[in-house]
Amino acid sequence: MDEESLLLSLELASGSGQGLSPDRRASLLTSLMLVKRDYRFDRVLFWGRILGLVDDYYIAQGLSEDQLAPRKTLYSLNCMEWSLLPPATEEMEMQTSVVKGRFMGDPSHAYEHTELQKVNEGEKVFEEEVVVQIKEETRLVSIIDQIDKAVAVIPRGALFKTPFGPIRVNRTFEGLSLSEAKKLSSYFHFREPAELKNKTLLEKADLDPSLDFMDSLEHDIPKESTCHSPEDPQRAPRPCAMPSEAPGSNELRMGPGCKVKSHIF
Amino acid sequence: MGDLPPDPEPPPQPTSSLRNFQVSERRRSREHSRPQLTVPEEVQQIPLDAQILRGSQEMVSNQISRGWSQEASVTPNENFIFQAEEAQRGGIEYPSLNTGFPSEVQPQTYLSEGRLQASHNASLMLQQLQQGEGNLLQQLESAYQEPRADLLGQYTRYQREDLQFSQDTQHGPYLRDDPALQFSPSEPGFMPFNMEVTEPEPRELAVQNAKAYLLQTSVNCDLSLYEHLVNLLTKILNQRPEDPLFLLESLNRTTQWEWFHPKLDTLRDDPELQTTYEMAERQKVLFSRSGGSEAEQEMEEEAAGTAVPNIMEKAFYLEQAGVGLSSDESFRIFMALKQLVGQQPIQTCRFWGKILGLSRNYLVAEVEFREGEEEVEETMEGGEVMEEHAEEESDEGDEGEEKAADVIPKPTWKPPPVVPKEESRNGANKYLYFVCNEPGQLWVRLPHVTPIQIVQARKIKKFFTGFLDAPVISYPPFPGNEANYLRAQIARISAATQISPLGFYQFSEEEGDEEEEGGARRDSYEENPDFEGIPVLELVDSMANWVHHTQHILPQGRCTWVNPLQKTEEEELGEEEEKADEGIDEAGQEVGPPLLTPLSEDAEIMHMSPWTARLSCSLSPQYSVAVVRSNLWPGAYAYASGKKFENIYIGWGHKYSPENFNPSLPAPVQQEYPSGPEIVEMSDPTVEEEQALAAAEEEEEEEEEEEEEEDEGQDD
Repeated sequence: MDEESLLLSLELASGSGQGLSPDRRASLLTSLMLVKRDYRFDRVLFWGRILGLVDDYYIAQGLSEDQLAPRKTLYSLNCMEWSLLPPATEEMEMQTSVVKGRFMGDPSHAYEHTELQKVNEGEKVFEEEVVVQIKEETRLVSIIDQIDKAVAVIPRGALFKTPFGPIRVNRTFEGLSLSEAKKLSSYFHFREPAELKNKTLLEKADLDPSLDFMDSLEHDIPKESTCHSPEDPQRAPRPCAMPSEAPGSNELRMGPGCKVKSHIF
Repeated sequence: MGDLPPDPEPPPQPTSSLRNFQVSERRRSREHSRPQLTVPEEVQQIPLDAQILRGSQEMVSNQISRGWSQEASVTPNENFIFQAEEAQRGGIEYPSLNTGFPSEVQPQTYLSEGRLQASHNASLMLQQLQQGEGNLLQQLESAYQEPRADLLGQYTRYQREDLQFSQDTQHGPYLRDDPALQFSPSEPGFMPFNMEVTEPEPRELAVQNAKAYLLQTSVNCDLSLYEHLVNLLTKILNQRPEDPLFLLESLNRTTQWEWFHPKLDTLRDDPELQTTYEMAERQKVLFSRSGGSEAEQEMEEEAAGTAVPNIMEKAFYLEQAGVGLSSDESFRIFMALKQLVGQQPIQTCRFWGKILGLSRNYLVAEVEFREGEEEVEETMEGGEVMEEHAEEESDEGDEGEEKAADVIPKPTWKPPPVVPKEESRNGANKYLYFVCNEPGQLWVRLPHVTPIQIVQARKIKKFFTGFLDAPVISYPPFPGNEANYLRAQIARISAATQISPLGFYQFSEEEGDEEEEGGARRDSYEENPDFEGIPVLELVDSMANWVHHTQHILPQGRCTWVNPLQKTEEEELGEEEEKADEGIDEAGQEVGPPLLTPLSEDAEIMHMSPWTARLSCSLSPQYSVAVVRSNLWPGAYAYASGKKFENIYIGWGHKYSPENFNPSLPAPVQQEYPSGPEIVEMSDPTVEEEQALAAAEEEEEEEEEEEEEEDEGQDD
């Protein structure tokens, strides 16, 4: 959520029960402003919160002009001091896939995981138990990345692609109409498209290259993975902010770390 | 209507629409074939410039106006734009191609038919437009300011036809015939072509019938063939494509499509969809107070104290804790609870929480009825009780068994004895739960939970859809529908996560007996009037300061253990157990931790304590609220501050598990028959074997005979 519309967005996202206490909200507003200035981001978004046993992480992301470019992720424990996280790599993802359970809340905490590794010694090959340490920070990075790839959703028309390549925010986007908001095809995954090139030419003919450059939610498997309630009265009167919210997408990621997440544009 | 074209109808023909006049003037000679429909009846504003009509050049239009009335020129061709418009209005006059009467055909004849559809102004105008004659049109305009309402439909004809006429003068059928009225000063001084009123002739009748037939609306929609053709021809005339015959098909399709997808006017707003309005209507009821004279009484009653809890205060504390719904939603829930209390005989009521679902969410209220109020057994209670194992089939023996008796083996499986559910107000059924989807909707009561439902609910994990009667399809099969599953989950969550600060509740004094066997069931508690409140910091520091105040559910599915094999119920202490693992119950009896056990006794899951406690705001500890969050049931929160505390659950209704959920595998296929030699397959002996066997037998016989002989010999 943009820091300008933070308060409004939090109200809208409160349907699932997660919210921020007033002190957190106030400190977020202040600190996000400072982050934007210091890191020279074009936009700073409050990504959400990951609950840990001891403490919670508050995550923010900074964007540059190009909306689809890799973002910088920052985390904080108290909403005032933010630290930059390293970008996510595949190796990290593999490493952290073995770690299960909740987050501790301490970024320097190291999970221990023993695995059997084959060690060659001379001509003998035997297995040894090696204890691998995985830092919580790494796990945090890869979880955020996975969540983003899986559930970051954006309505159709909010971003458009300029002929030179960079993706920009569409200033004339006023939200989706009610009938459009009910359809899954009006929402896209906010990530590099993976399915787009697999579409047949017939399907591609209907697409508008400046607006439809991401995967739509229609073809996600399982079918019910994203849901939304169109009768929610909050949605209708606020077309600008409402249609971009997809609280249903949170359901996919309540496991490893409970989180609050929504993109409001 | 060959007649028409040559008809030198002066444009000013009163009967025809103004436009016609103009048009006709211009183009009279042009196409006869296209009768001018004109006269859009309700033309409200005659677009003067509409060129539409070029096609309709017919001046016939003038006559047409008359003509329409008479004969429905059924030919589609005749439908010009004008007509189209009119047709929509209902009762357009056609240019009477056939009859070519220009004149005074009584318009009335078609009055009735006409008014089927409302014509669009624009269309009318278009029609009219073609002409650009300013004068006439202007006159027309003034005349046509009337609303296109259908009421004018009947008169529209007249109106249209005679733009010159003022609105008032439409009523008589023969009005138009008044020469004085027909001419406007600006019109060229043509005489109206036909001024006489003609009697309907058989041919006219035929035409009228044909028109009536065409005006029938189709079964599927409101469109009639007449209108559609009118639209189509209008379109063609507007666009003037190169080869219209060739394009006819596609134009037909397009026209049909356009009928159902009207182009929206950018200057006008769309009508809002209805669902949100309905929701707002429902919620409006919440905010209304019941009627006037009792208002004062109610105020007093309410001030005295009702069962409705102070939701707003709780919402405030929960907001401090970083949990909870937005304030307007909380207020609506408050109003909805008030409504519930008014409808049902409720003694205590509490907002239990919100369970999120795929399509809709559930708001859950926990209530307790007043003493003596009998809760009627719900018919939907229990749903269908299905067998536990889907693969149970009675063993039907093979009928072709070798036994001659042909007795089908009886199945030896007996269903396990059903554990009786707990009484109301006891154990897991201590409270009644009402749910609704949105504040403002009716509250629906959930049935009591049975032990078997709890046992099965522990084995499955399904998201709630939001519809209470949705089936729960799972393996092992759940005995009930979504309402039962919801109730079971509510029971589990309540048993596991309802906590209170130590000392808030105490056991009643009357229960002196604290022995474990027989004796008092320590399953009731009451508020401690001397509760002083525990400092927030202490609440956060140690989990021993919090206790469970709901009974734990045993593996059997009840809070008090019942031996299903015995008919009588043994009295056992309802005891609670660690949340994470169920207690031991091998020989049957299940025990659990007693009521009011502190949280520190709860078992850990994966080296992680099941509860997390925080201060709501670390920056100002003196005013903070202590918040406790459950790690086992994500979404369960409790706060305490001073003497106040509250529990709430907002979440999906599932337990936390570190691994992803794996549904249980189906049971192995059962044995059909016990194995035995009777049914074991053997191959038949071959011929050689049989001969060998026969030979062996013979040898044996011989040996026996020899032995006998020897024996006999020895006896001698």
